Amino acid sequence: MSTRFSVNGRTVDAKAEADTPLLWVIRDEIGLTGTKFGCGAALCGACTVHVDGQPVRSCQTPLSAVAGRKVSTIESLSRNNTHPLQKAWIAHDVPQCGYCQSGQLMSAAALLAKNKNPSDADIDAAMSGNICRCGTYARIKAAIKTAAAEMRGARSQA
Amino acid sequence: MSTTTNTGTRGGLSRRGFLQTSAVASGGLAIGANLAGLSVEAIAAGTIHTPNAWVHIADDNTITLISARSEMGQGVYTSMPMLIAEELNVDVRTVQVVIAPPNTKLYGNALLGGPQLTGGSTSVRDGWEKLRVAGAQVREMLLSAAAAKWNVDAKSLKAENGNVTGPGGKKASYGQLAAEASKLPVPEKVALKEPGDFRIVGKRTRRLDTPAKTNGTAEFGIDVKLPGMVYASLEQCPVIGGTVKGFDGAKAKAMPGVIDVVQIPDGVAVVADTYWHAKKAREALAVQWDEGSGATLNEKTMLEGIRAGAPSDKVLPLKANGDAEAAIKDAKKVVRAEYVMPLLSHSPMEPMNFTAWVHDGKVDLIGPTQWQDGAQGTVAKALGVDPQTISVRTTFLGGGFGRRIDVDFIVQAAQISKAVGKPVKLIWTREDDMTHDFYRPQSLHQMAAALGDDGKPTAMTFRMVSQSITGRVFGLPLEVQDPLMTEAAIAPYEIAATRHEVVKHDAGLRVGYWRSVSHALNAFANESFIDECAAAAGKDPYAYRMALLEKQPRFANVLRLAADKAGWSTAAPAGRARGIALMEGYDTYMAQIAEVSMQNGAPVVHKVTVVADLGRMVNPDTVEAQIQSAIVFGLSAALYGEITLDKGRVQQTNFDRYRVVRMNESPTIDITLVQSNEKPGGIGEPATALIGPAVANAVFATTGKRVRRMPFTAENIASA
Repeated sequence: MSTRFSVNGRTVDAKAEADTPLLWVIRDEIGLTGTKFGCGAALCGACTVHVDGQPVRSCQTPLSAVAGRKVSTIESLSRNNTHPLQKAWIAHDVPQCGYCQSGQLMSAAALLAKNKNPSDADIDAAMSGNICRCGTYARIKAAIKTAAAEMRGARSQA
Repeated sequence: MSTTTNTGTRGGLSRRGFLQTSAVASGGLAIGANLAGLSVEAIAAGTIHTPNAWVHIADDNTITLISARSEMGQGVYTSMPMLIAEELNVDVRTVQVVIAPPNTKLYGNALLGGPQLTGGSTSVRDGWEKLRVAGAQVREMLLSAAAAKWNVDAKSLKAENGNVTGPGGKKASYGQLAAEASKLPVPEKVALKEPGDFRIVGKRTRRLDTPAKTNGTAEFGIDVKLPGMVYASLEQCPVIGGTVKGFDGAKAKAMPGVIDVVQIPDGVAVVADTYWHAKKAREALAVQWDEGSGATLNEKTMLEGIRAGAPSDKVLPLKANGDAEAAIKDAKKVVRAEYVMPLLSHSPMEPMNFTAWVHDGKVDLIGPTQWQDGAQGTVAKALGVDPQTISVRTTFLGGGFGRRIDVDFIVQAAQISKAVGKPVKLIWTREDDMTHDFYRPQSLHQMAAALGDDGKPTAMTFRMVSQSITGRVFGLPLEVQDPLMTEAAIAPYEIAATRHEVVKHDAGLRVGYWRSVSHALNAFANESFIDECAAAAGKDPYAYRMALLEKQPRFANVLRLAADKAGWSTAAPAGRARGIALMEGYDTYMAQIAEVSMQNGAPVVHKVTVVADLGRMVNPDTVEAQIQSAIVFGLSAALYGEITLDKGRVQQTNFDRYRVVRMNESPTIDITLVQSNEKPGGIGEPATALIGPAVANAVFATTGKRVRRMPFTAENIASA
């Protein structure tokens, strides 16, 4: 008995029990460790991934819930840091310890997929589920705006 | 965009293992060092050269610089190499960085008395001179090697950008010279650059570890994977310090993927093929505990014990000037106050974890730690083996804040690995992490001051009662003053008669170093109390402080600048008020002004103005990042942080009941850095200590309520 779904565009058949949290399937079975374990209770956002484009907390998402669906992790943004958010994160030197940043980036990516000109309040609303104990919030907010501007520019030039 | 070669990525680590390289040809300095991260084959083959303990140069000109401090967010992975690179004359963006293996002699922290420990905001202060000397030594050795090779005077040569150049177009890369250079004696005396000639130090420099932290490749402890590795989840007594009386592991053992159930001194571990299997099976364990002496603890009776201890436990004098007691007794106007700080958890984002493999007479340890030789020594003792058989490879730390100075989880991983004979990754749950911390101790401050006719204090007494962490960690005797209880205890204000004393009281719960340690406790008391004195004197809190700082130019300067920047002389926006706090810590002088309004009886912090004078800086952008970080960290404690106990059980188990500041609660932070030629100060911690008193003073300014107890909840403010 396995569960078939797609991870970053690749079809996988996960062998873990159906009630295993998606987080541990991604990390331990599929081997993508960019997604992090922070609280195990959907309180901190470190494990944020996208399921069919929506941000979800993978620590509280059973494997069975993603059967036949498309899961995207931090590794899908880009491996070589070419996504506008990754470029902005580097330009603003956002990370400190860095542990929460995969989740921060995935929450930000979900926001910008819907809203390429977010206000401070929009950013607060989208990002306040993600805890950063290093307190990088101001730089995250600035980087999201930089990335949004680049994405708007790219769109208007297209 | 930067494409730094980053050795902290998993890609860069693929060829690494646990490398004992006792045969390193080293010019006499690095013999016996375990050069984690460098290919042992390459070193054995003589293609990587080690002129000293801080620099390795390969024949292909790959240059590796050592950070002897753990990267936990504070930027040492960049700032330590910057100091070496300045004198070595290499572009820091072209080097690799490796976190040092345990070697107390080579990599110990002199500012902390020798251990190879990352903490106390010491990294730059400890490394400031020695790392530049290390870079200069290697530069001189490369120049000497080139001079000998070309038979010219070394003075005619230049070492720049990884090449030595000389007259007549002579040129050789550092890599081409490294083999010869590493055979030369290490020069005892080297000339260091004048600060005006710095090309790297003091310049805003992008962190070398950022690219790996934006694409998921940065390797944290939780990401470590070894061939044949299994996973462990450990059930510990809900009362810290309790021991296993007996257990039934049969049900757990029958569950999917479970390899074994083993008892270790701290509890019962389930070992399985995946983490989730281990964690699920752990829930099926039935353990009987001897809860021990901690089973009666709660934070209220602990605080009563501290208060009872205030007059009766041994008093350790810190400083006395004149007869403050008598002056207060005789004074017309006296201010008295008592301040209380709660227990706090560190709660870094990465829960405690470590990977250990006990095999073939060796112990391999990999993971996030702030104390490499402490991990090595403690595991050696726990397993009864020679420390030299233990290797430690430090990954990135998903936060430290002092929690990863303790090595309990490392010992546990090693004991579990020994019991099952396999490489084991032990991962704590968040609940394990929050309920089995080494907590910041409670503290009680009793303060009194006499005010003269002009309102200025003429005498002041300060008594702090708290628990010594250094007693537990380093065995400091009870009768000896703990320097980590007295930080920022003596405020800079000019007061004729003063008496400062400390009382050590063991409240029964294990305690640990928490970002800024006693600075946060003492600064809250001192900066709240001086504000109370100003109010009692009917004076403006800024002018009152300034009048007492005439002999303290660095303090007065940061305070004056902060007041200017915050618009102290103008009214705060409607509904808001401002509060000041001032402190020296880690040789850094800092003022903060918080702008606060009240909502549902609790403060909302809108803006924090910070002025810092920390002398010379290595990476000003990191300095700003650390101030931002420390303020958010300190604000979480000031607004929400409190650990409570019921029958010895910590009641806060996750971020729902141990609330921390989130983005929507994070204030605007306006930072001014004073340009200064003073020696460098530490910056990872001091800002943590000031945000609490700045907010408390702003709460007073807007409500007239003096909140003397953290956290500043509506309840604590209402009862103030």
